[in-house]
Amino acid sequence: MPDGTGIGSPLKRKEDVRFLTGKGRYTDDFNRQGQAHAYFLRSPYPHARIDGIDTAAAASAPGVVAVFTGKDLETDNVGSLPCGWVVTDRNGEPHKAPPHFPLARDKVRYVGDHVAVVIAETYTQAKDAAELIEVDYAELPHNVDTAKALDAEQMHDDAPGNLCYDWELGDEAAIDEALSKAHHVTKFDLINNRLIPNAMEPRAAIGDYDPGLEEYTLYTTSQNPHVARLVLCAFVLGLSEAKLRVTAPDVGGGFGSKIFIYAEETVCTWASKKVDRPVKWTAERNESFLSDAHGRDHVTKAQLGLDENGKFLALKVETMASMGAYLSTFASCVPTYLYATLLAGQYTTPSIYANVKAVFTNTAPVDAYRGAGRPEATYVVERIVEVAARETGIDPAELRKRNFIADDAFPYQTPVALTYDSGQYGLAMDKALEMIDYKGFAARKAESENHGKLRGIGLSAYIEACGIAPSAVVGSLGAGVGLWESAQVRFNATGTVSVFTGSHSHGQGHETTFSQVVSEALGIPVENVEIVHGDTGRVPMGMGTYGSRSLAVGGSAIVRACDKIIEKGKKIAAHLMEASVDDIEYEAGTFRVAGTDKEKAMAEIAFTAYVPHNYPEGLEPGLDETAFYDPLNFTYPAGTHIAEVEVDPDTGEVEIVDWVAVDDFGKIVNPMIVEGQVHGGIAQGVGQALLENCVYDSESGQLTTGSYMDYTMPRADDLPSFRIDTTETPCPHNPLGVKGCGEAGAIAAPAALMNAITNALGREIEMPATCEKVWRACQGSAKQAAE
Amino acid sequence: MPTVSMTVNGKAVSHDVEARTLLVEYLRQNCALTGTHVGCDTSQCGACVVHVDGESIKACTLLAVQAEGAEVTTIEGLAKNGELHPMQAAFKEHHGLQCGFCTPGMVMSAVDLLQKNSDPSEEEIRDWLEGNICRCTGYHNIVKAIQAAAQDSRS
Repeated sequence: MPDGTGIGSPLKRKEDVRFLTGKGRYTDDFNRQGQAHAYFLRSPYPHARIDGIDTAAAASAPGVVAVFTGKDLETDNVGSLPCGWVVTDRNGEPHKAPPHFPLARDKVRYVGDHVAVVIAETYTQAKDAAELIEVDYAELPHNVDTAKALDAEQMHDDAPGNLCYDWELGDEAAIDEALSKAHHVTKFDLINNRLIPNAMEPRAAIGDYDPGLEEYTLYTTSQNPHVARLVLCAFVLGLSEAKLRVTAPDVGGGFGSKIFIYAEETVCTWASKKVDRPVKWTAERNESFLSDAHGRDHVTKAQLGLDENGKFLALKVETMASMGAYLSTFASCVPTYLYATLLAGQYTTPSIYANVKAVFTNTAPVDAYRGAGRPEATYVVERIVEVAARETGIDPAELRKRNFIADDAFPYQTPVALTYDSGQYGLAMDKALEMIDYKGFAARKAESENHGKLRGIGLSAYIEACGIAPSAVVGSLGAGVGLWESAQVRFNATGTVSVFTGSHSHGQGHETTFSQVVSEALGIPVENVEIVHGDTGRVPMGMGTYGSRSLAVGGSAIVRACDKIIEKGKKIAAHLMEASVDDIEYEAGTFRVAGTDKEKAMAEIAFTAYVPHNYPEGLEPGLDETAFYDPLNFTYPAGTHIAEVEVDPDTGEVEIVDWVAVDDFGKIVNPMIVEGQVHGGIAQGVGQALLENCVYDSESGQLTTGSYMDYTMPRADDLPSFRIDTTETPCPHNPLGVKGCGEAGAIAAPAALMNAITNALGREIEMPATCEKVWRACQGSAKQAAE
Repeated sequence: MPTVSMTVNGKAVSHDVEARTLLVEYLRQNCALTGTHVGCDTSQCGACVVHVDGESIKACTLLAVQAEGAEVTTIEGLAKNGELHPMQAAFKEHHGLQCGFCTPGMVMSAVDLLQKNSDPSEEEIRDWLEGNICRCTGYHNIVKAIQAAAQDSRS
């Protein structure tokens, strides 16, 4: 194999040239012959009864092909958008999953809820005509505040108190007793602010029905096209999976928001048969703000008990988590199995209890967003540990180290269900402390004070559960799907390889990383490997990309398929070299007869498989193998991020003066791509801590932060360059030893930054630490000092 | 319906368009140049940056008819004779892109920066990119790529 392309090499990305030359193909770049355009009329009210919809004027407007409402979908038995994970509450009852119809039938429940669709010759005609639809709304009391949801106007008939579930993990009585006996108890309340994912490519869909074949094709912005096909066919549209092809071409970012099955692609698919034309919809950015699934939105009370030596004894966490107006595709598992199970962090806390009340509010649905539950868990753990350090006077790094799970304690069973497979938490922290010169902080702080600035430093020793997930485990917890991954590795007769993977890149660079894996396994140049993904018409059933699972699960499936290729190759090689199969050794693309100089190259074996003139008797021709890989456990990436900030007390501005990250992702296939993932994750975490905040106006229920003029995205001048490094503790249970890297930055960063800012300020503030909040805190400090 | 004529990537084009057609819509729909992207509706994200008469501009801030007679360069017109423009090559070399959606606007904007300032500091680069939003890279490698392209163009 040529140098610089195998596992561990920072190979330049194969997909880049098409993106850099404007030849990427995103959903909105596609146009189908004869297509019409859809525009969705959305509710202007947060909660209202629909007493009537008059579409007559819109239907006769210029260019209009059809206008449909929820009644039309009902007539055609179009179902409710399901939630694919049933959480069982503390009383053994399933969660409440009220109907979520693609177009509202009787009520609207958030601003942006879908009321009707207009399909017209052009998009502007559809949009203009939508203004002519008269909807008779009867406004109902609404609530957008998570903390007030239990006492607010009931939104769904079958969800009293707007409660989706009241769930717990652990023994509350035992934890209360442990806390009562603790030497010190730190109490900490927090809000994990609601975020809007904001992939740069807005969601889009083209439904295209072929009346001859009686088949639909859906082009859409999806992270998991097979899941979209499964849900649409089995639960919503009542189709055979053989009759719907879902293809997600280049996808311009997702961060979770493109996992879910939304109203728009459902309606475009259904309507393409109704109007007998392809139907295209592309979100305007304001629609993305209104109707993409949002993230986070927790209100939490936490208590940490410590003994006299600073050892953690017990952690109690009570959280209210917003689900928004309806349960999105995987919403229910995010604040439970992806959150409470991570509350041990990197620590030996022996006793942990979590209670989560998931509630409905008159806001857009909330679901997985980069990290999904795990950033919320890390924020609880790493903030309360920091506060405990301040209260007990123990250095924050020292307090963490005293409580780290020891390197020799793995596999480590936490009190919250997970078994950590491997880790070296002290190693990563020590490296990070050294990189940032932790010992020199006091001198830097003094120097900052000399020029009127407040300096702070903050640590975050995060953990995540990735490689989602062992099917039997998630099945026992309520998941409606298996979370394995598939791969088909096909040698073509002339020696190139086509790989069909169920993982689907939306920016991660699968075409490069997976090529490196295949190149290494089969000993062929990376340029001879083609990675095919994102199309149910070409790729075997797969589960898609989320939860940092592509390499750990999808990559493992590819390795297994390559193993099968090699296994078959040995039989062919043995025949050609007139040796026993048992005597054939394989290494880096070459089959050898052990102890001889006889060898055959992989390419020749592949050619022979397709031109089997001299071939083992009884062996099938062809060299094309499929593998399904179901992980044995989650993977557990972990590490330490440290932020150092300077605060200007006169303006409230926070400058991130340094950021170090030491992550342990196990084995790394492409360090360049991994670094990029870390950078991007940190930027989103910094965004949450410093800038981003989804705000609904409590009085009107309107989304106040509904555009880039109002919702503060991190821009280049808000961020520093990052200094990042890794430690390597291989994952012991997958063939590549990899753990996943996509979410780490977003998980680690908010706590690191807020620990740094509150360290500088000497008082608590909530995310995001906007200039105004920081300035007010500084004024408060100044006032206190003067008093 | 007014007729609009301009030169796009060195090629004369002319179409009848609705007067309200934005330049970005004209490029994507009439010229089938889909490399220029639409990422927002408030002229904030910069995914649609192209060059009009040599200057970078958000193609959503201009009506097609306002570009009458102009020389327009889109991301598709940047590479010459199959060779990536040095800025495109620098983005590839330094992993300055992930999902690729903001990339055309980023690259077109960065090319214009170096036309105006051949030796920008990190701070000047970050300031210049204020009008281009990237959600994937954290900007780290975009800044690195532009620095490298600047250095290469001077050496």
